[in-house]
Amino acid sequence: MAASSKPGSPPSSSSSMAQDLFNNFSFSKTLKLKTKQQELLIRVTVLTLIYILAFITRLFSVLRYESMIHEFDPYFNYRTTLYLTKNGFAEFWNWFDSESWYPLGRIIGGTLYPGLMLTAAALYSVLRFLRFAVHIREVCVLTAPFFASNTTLVAYFFGKEIWDSGAGIVAAALIAICPGYISRSVAGSYDNEGVAIFALLLTFYLFVKAVNTGSLAWALASAFGYFYMVSAWGGYVFIINLVPLYVLVLLVTGRYSLRLYVAYNCMYVVGMLLAMQIRFVGFQHVQSGEHMAAMGVFFLLQVFFFLDWVRHLLSDTKLFQAFLRITVTGAVSVGAIALGVGTASGYISPWTGRFYSLLDPTYAKDHIPIIASVSEHQPTAWSSFMFDFHILLFLFPAGLYFCFKRLSDATIFIVMYGLTSMYFAGVMVRLILVATPAVCLISAIAVSATVKNLTRLVRSQSQAVQSGSSKGASTAKSSSKGVIDNSQPFQRNGAIALLLGAFYLLTRYAIHCTWVTSEAYSSPSIVLAARGANGNRVIFDDYREAYFWLRQNTPPDAKVMSWWDYGYQITAMGNRTVIVDNNTWNNTHIATVGRAMSSYEDEAYEIMRSLDVDYVLVVFGGVTGYSSDDINKFLWMVRIGGGVFPVIKEPDYLANGEYRVDKGATPKMLNCLMYKLSYYRFGELTTEYGKPPGFDRARGVEIGNKDIKLEYLEEAFTTQNWIVRIYKVKPPKNRW
Amino acid sequence: MPMEEPLFRLPLSLLLFLSLFLLPTCFSSSTRDLHILNAERRIDLTSHIIKVYLTLKVENSGTSPASEVHLAFSPAEAEHLAIVKAAATSGKRKKMTYTPLDVKSAELPDGPNGTKFFTVTLLTPLNKGETTTLEVLYILTHSLEPFPVEISQSESQLVYYRDSAILLSPYHVKQQTTFIKTPSTRVESFTVVDPAKRAGTELKYGPYEDQPPYSYSPVLVHFENNNPFAVVEELEREIEISHWGNVQVTERYRLAHAGARHKGAFSRVEYQTRPDATGASSFKHLLARLPPRVHSVYYRDDIGNVSTSNLRTDYRKSELEFQPRYPLFGGWKSTFVIGYGLPLQDFLFESPDGRRYLNFTFGCPLTQTVVDKLILKVVLPEGSKDPTAVVPFQVEQHLEVKYSYLDVVGRTVVVLEKRNVVPEHNVPFQVYYTFNPIFMLAEPLMLSLAFFLFFVASVSYLHVDLSIRK
Repeated sequence: MAASSKPGSPPSSSSSMAQDLFNNFSFSKTLKLKTKQQELLIRVTVLTLIYILAFITRLFSVLRYESMIHEFDPYFNYRTTLYLTKNGFAEFWNWFDSESWYPLGRIIGGTLYPGLMLTAAALYSVLRFLRFAVHIREVCVLTAPFFASNTTLVAYFFGKEIWDSGAGIVAAALIAICPGYISRSVAGSYDNEGVAIFALLLTFYLFVKAVNTGSLAWALASAFGYFYMVSAWGGYVFIINLVPLYVLVLLVTGRYSLRLYVAYNCMYVVGMLLAMQIRFVGFQHVQSGEHMAAMGVFFLLQVFFFLDWVRHLLSDTKLFQAFLRITVTGAVSVGAIALGVGTASGYISPWTGRFYSLLDPTYAKDHIPIIASVSEHQPTAWSSFMFDFHILLFLFPAGLYFCFKRLSDATIFIVMYGLTSMYFAGVMVRLILVATPAVCLISAIAVSATVKNLTRLVRSQSQAVQSGSSKGASTAKSSSKGVIDNSQPFQRNGAIALLLGAFYLLTRYAIHCTWVTSEAYSSPSIVLAARGANGNRVIFDDYREAYFWLRQNTPPDAKVMSWWDYGYQITAMGNRTVIVDNNTWNNTHIATVGRAMSSYEDEAYEIMRSLDVDYVLVVFGGVTGYSSDDINKFLWMVRIGGGVFPVIKEPDYLANGEYRVDKGATPKMLNCLMYKLSYYRFGELTTEYGKPPGFDRARGVEIGNKDIKLEYLEEAFTTQNWIVRIYKVKPPKNRW
Repeated sequence: MPMEEPLFRLPLSLLLFLSLFLLPTCFSSSTRDLHILNAERRIDLTSHIIKVYLTLKVENSGTSPASEVHLAFSPAEAEHLAIVKAAATSGKRKKMTYTPLDVKSAELPDGPNGTKFFTVTLLTPLNKGETTTLEVLYILTHSLEPFPVEISQSESQLVYYRDSAILLSPYHVKQQTTFIKTPSTRVESFTVVDPAKRAGTELKYGPYEDQPPYSYSPVLVHFENNNPFAVVEELEREIEISHWGNVQVTERYRLAHAGARHKGAFSRVEYQTRPDATGASSFKHLLARLPPRVHSVYYRDDIGNVSTSNLRTDYRKSELEFQPRYPLFGGWKSTFVIGYGLPLQDFLFESPDGRRYLNFTFGCPLTQTVVDKLILKVVLPEGSKDPTAVVPFQVEQHLEVKYSYLDVVGRTVVVLEKRNVVPEHNVPFQVYYTFNPIFMLAEPLMLSLAFFLFFVASVSYLHVDLSIRK
């Protein structure tokens, strides 16, 4: 730096011969000169790289498999997006879908969060307008990575807001590759969460910005961010409860300010009004118990403001104390009465089961089997915390320490966000996602602060050693460090060692994230991959085989009965009507299907006839050893069916409390519809060398009923690896 | 464009004109004059595409020279007729040479109801007393009727074939024989028109002597045919030319098994463990012959990639062997897309008059399949003008406009449509057009301009202070 600055300074006095050269030189000089500009350049470059990295690391799934929609819910989103782009917004908003929940149907426009579909459709039309002839599927597949990239930017600004730009950059880098977030935002994971985390973080950032500045514009922006979040995901309830909680904490800790007043009022009122435009949410903001906290805090804030005003008028503190007591008591009692009356009269709906199950992890298990049956609703194991956060799990407490050390409105927010979301992440596996941004931000603070301190130590010492007294321009900070330096002789080496250690840890984190992304989180779960005997990659594409068969070779109005897990996929890929799907809005309907699956064939036939079922689809992993098949899910069908129809009793299917499919199983188990459909003619097949025919590889036993006869159904199609089996329901016999 | 059309239509209108005026006079006289000395028909029923090889020895017994020979087809045949080819033979057995002849659809006034005619134009008019030998090949599709209409998985497929034991002809036929080749020795029944006999996989009708014009004697053959009845109901081939060096071909198939419909259950365990005994008429593998030097081949359908395909390439041809997602039983359908890229220099040439032309193969790359409706779209690069297609047989054609990546005015698409396409239609065709290479630069320039504007915007944003309050 110092050496190169010399020739640049006298450009005007040089000869005309080298004018050109010098012009070039001075141009490059202007680029180089200011440290601030350099810093900006580096920051922008790093952010751009992070932006790109966040996108491309999510493309593992496309590389490993293909550009396709993953899992279950994304298929519904894809189908609705397709409908939206084909038929326009009005049609989409008024869509009554008769292809699902036969014969009830589903009002799509009123029962979904349209944010994701509208976003993808908007991206699609913009690309189309710019004459990029892309397919809507590609847009849907890449929506989540695109928004993940945008999230890194928001994380940067958020980090900058609560700490400094260094922490912002570290936060952006951490969240770009954090497995907890990647698990829900790989290419193809076209789900609400993909855009919702972006919206969530954006809302929080804008709100914190609004609180910090007291600016109406930022508050308004955060209201719009909230609106986007509400339109995208049901997780907006977290915002509408966390923000009031945060405000409450600020009030309690005596950090009330006019900035807070402006920010919250604007955000809440405008956000609430905007959120009411989403049909699925409707008037919940004023009618549902889950949203009452926000309203309560809103009124409380008014009371605070009023008190502030009164205190301003009253000079007598004693009088004010009395007034305060009366007002607060009055306000609280009025609020309590209003809440009580509202709840008692049914105007304010009580908390939903999902909400309860969040607060109390054991609630769902006892009361709502349909929530408990979903694997992503299970309480989180420590290993998955470790898997999803890796070193962030250790950096998180450190970051909390730094936050507490430099307490401000913004750090209080991030601490609260971190702690609450961590609790919810412990309750439900899928909520790790919500905790991820907070964990990344707090960890970023830890990393940034630590590295900054250490580098300052290393730098100041080297400067002190090199310059000594000659420079004399050493700042007060470095001299103060120098004092500490004297007391600890090995501090510099220690700092270097610690820095190296930090970089080692961060490298491990990056390696871990890449590995997790490529190995664990990129599977579309539609296509299953396994290693063959000689190390080659074997692909089981049975799901699509079956769905495509349904799509091509069954009557267009055929009704397919399956367990609800496959409902969205059947409607989207098979293009056929289903009885139940992943929306799970009608427990009785699902219980009816569960009852049919767990009944004897003749009883099931009656149920299926009453539901106009033409085909029954079961998933069976006995040949391939695929363990998440219907037989392993069967107890949930029994439980959910039994929850509504008491004729189904769980003990009938358990042999001495044990769930088994071999000879020791109960007769009811061996003859129920699910067992018959899964194992029909399986007894003739030798699955493994050296094992008897009918050896179930998923459960590792020889099946108990090898001689299965079907009377009312016939095998219509079985995929190559037997993973999906489709049966046709025979028409009723003639009475002759 | 407006100059081209009348020119293009001229031969057609001329033909109509000729046929209207000349038919009643010259043609009718020739039908009386000519007669067939010997007719030998070999009908190949081994696949679902029926090939009939007809050898006719024609003699002119009239007074005036005849230059045309007519072929007659019954209405049922005419409906399923895919192609008629004729060749004149000369020389003896070993050194036989074939000269292809012109075959045109024609109208004859004295034919029985619905009889359809084709006219073969001879190289040299046949003078009085002369004889000539014609080799005719015609191909019938959808002419095997499955009976029973529905079969179960373990049954094999039986079909009916209907024809006439005696050649339908507008001429007097002195002597004729018909051989029918069946795919297996299993023949359930056949109509006996004496003399008729069966030996192995061959049925022989005839020889019959002295049959007057338009003789017809219906026969029905009921036999086993387990060949895959692979029918592409609709095939859309899109050939997109990029002057940057690539020809991108996208083929959208709607495939069906047109044989006896599958009845009852499909048992995977039987299909898996006893592959010979069950699902005899079903098929699983398909083979597409693609041009050599093919690259970036993909095979997918509405719901994603299909992972069961295998590509073999050598310097003469490429073979793509692939499987639909599931085996196709009678009546089952499947749709899929095959796409591939080809080097431009293999297919695009410059004609002496400075125009460019694409030389590509018509028809369907799948072997042994019938295409009910083939839509061939040639997407020319943006900015190309005056497209004309040269196809050796009659096709419907029109123009479309397609918008692809970064298109402003859209690309001209030449659409060619043909029904009932068989592998014999895989012959080259040409599409001529004019193109100014300057258009190639339009898209890169647009992109660079966009980036430039973006940078200008960024620079100005950094340098302009927009705040109201100072």
